[in-house]
Amino acid sequence: MIEISHVNKWYSPTFQVLTDCTTSVTKGEVVVVCGPSGSGKSTLIKCVNALEPFQSGDISVDGTKVNDPKTNLPKLRSRVGMVFQHFELFPHLKIIDNLCLAQQKVLDRPRDKAVTKGMMLLERVGLKEQAQKFPAQLSGGQQQRVAIARALAMDPIVMLFDEPTSALDPEMVSEVLDVMVDLAHEGMTMMVVTHEMGFARKVANRVIFMDRGEIVEDAPKDDFFGKPRSDRAQKFLSKILSH
Amino acid sequence: MFSNFDFDVVRRALPYLFYEGMTFTVTLTALAALGGLIFGTAIALMRLSGFKVLGHIAGVYVDFMRSLPLVLVIFWFYFLVPYIGQWVTGASRPISVGAFASSLITFIMFEAAYFSEIMRAGIQSISRGQPAAANALGLTYAQTMRYVVLPQAFRNMLPVLITQTIVLFQDTSLVYVLSITDFLGAASKVAQRDGRLVEMYLFAAVVYFTISCVASFGVRRLQARIAIIR
Repeated sequence: MIEISHVNKWYSPTFQVLTDCTTSVTKGEVVVVCGPSGSGKSTLIKCVNALEPFQSGDISVDGTKVNDPKTNLPKLRSRVGMVFQHFELFPHLKIIDNLCLAQQKVLDRPRDKAVTKGMMLLERVGLKEQAQKFPAQLSGGQQQRVAIARALAMDPIVMLFDEPTSALDPEMVSEVLDVMVDLAHEGMTMMVVTHEMGFARKVANRVIFMDRGEIVEDAPKDDFFGKPRSDRAQKFLSKILSH
Repeated sequence: MFSNFDFDVVRRALPYLFYEGMTFTVTLTALAALGGLIFGTAIALMRLSGFKVLGHIAGVYVDFMRSLPLVLVIFWFYFLVPYIGQWVTGASRPISVGAFASSLITFIMFEAAYFSEIMRAGIQSISRGQPAAANALGLTYAQTMRYVVLPQAFRNMLPVLITQTIVLFQDTSLVYVLSITDFLGAASKVAQRDGRLVEMYLFAAVVYFTISCVASFGVRRLQARIAIIR
């Protein structure tokens, strides 16, 4: 589904953020990307739907090359759902309109079909009653669930999560993770940048560990948590699992 | 001290002042604000587009317009537009452009420079995550601007935009250099005809003051109503 091969990215000639990153996500797979802050994991996931450019290497999604100038990026992105750390709901639109905008403008769905789909997804994330409110009237956890519903409204073939729970108060993390776990169980292909190791243990097929722009470890979940091969991954795990 | 003054001259001139003068002033203000906003937004988008050449052209335009006195531009444009028209259409004689059309074009071009800076600030006030989220949903650049960025920028900037329009409302009185009968022009004509300068200019001042004041008050009310809840 997602093929990442030998991706290099520089912010400036002397500052390399991604070094020779190669990995893949197959259909139905849940891959968790973790690593210390500044390790390039958010940058890598943003390269997958071309929100960030990269200088060399290739990324393809469902057979379409992301870095090909001939690729219709809006069309490709409409099939790749993305959830951001800071939700990024559109504050001037009601919740239901947040869900309908791209359905109507990108997929050309008629308004009534878009609303039906939107309400169905809001019900699924438990927020049907909030449809007529504005984003700022919702809690962080609720906003992030709306953001997930907004991405799902496009019927994506894969979902990208960029630290979806990092900006949330602790008591709201689980409501968002529950939605993501359900998604994983339904067979959605997911690439998730997160520090939530509980989530990784529960649903991940593979865990990728990044440090200083490199993919240091790329292993099945049980191998990763059982016996990480690299020192850096061991240190990282011992730090975040010690509490 | 007002015993020598004849304020009845104001009452007698009211229909002329408002039907002729104020109609012109309000029409010019409204059309110039609308045109300036559209043109100004386009300039702002050029400056933020990332294309160096486009941005540079827009930048030079804005700096140029803001470095000239408005009266000069009005005057200069009135005499220049017929020749530009001739050059564009290839006509053998200068195109005759009415004083209204000429002043409207001038105000639109002049205000666009100011409105563009306001819209630029408004667009830059939107966090980068917003267009990123819109792009991630598959919206094109134009759709992202139209449905996500500009509506928010516009709401954020509305108080400043209206304040600038109030300034424009006052500035339209400068069309007197073209002998156009706007509100102030009408008052001035009556004043000179009847020899009642103090009364008429006093009245004109009161009218401008009242309208601008009420509009400013309205801005604050409107702002409270349409501001995006954050």
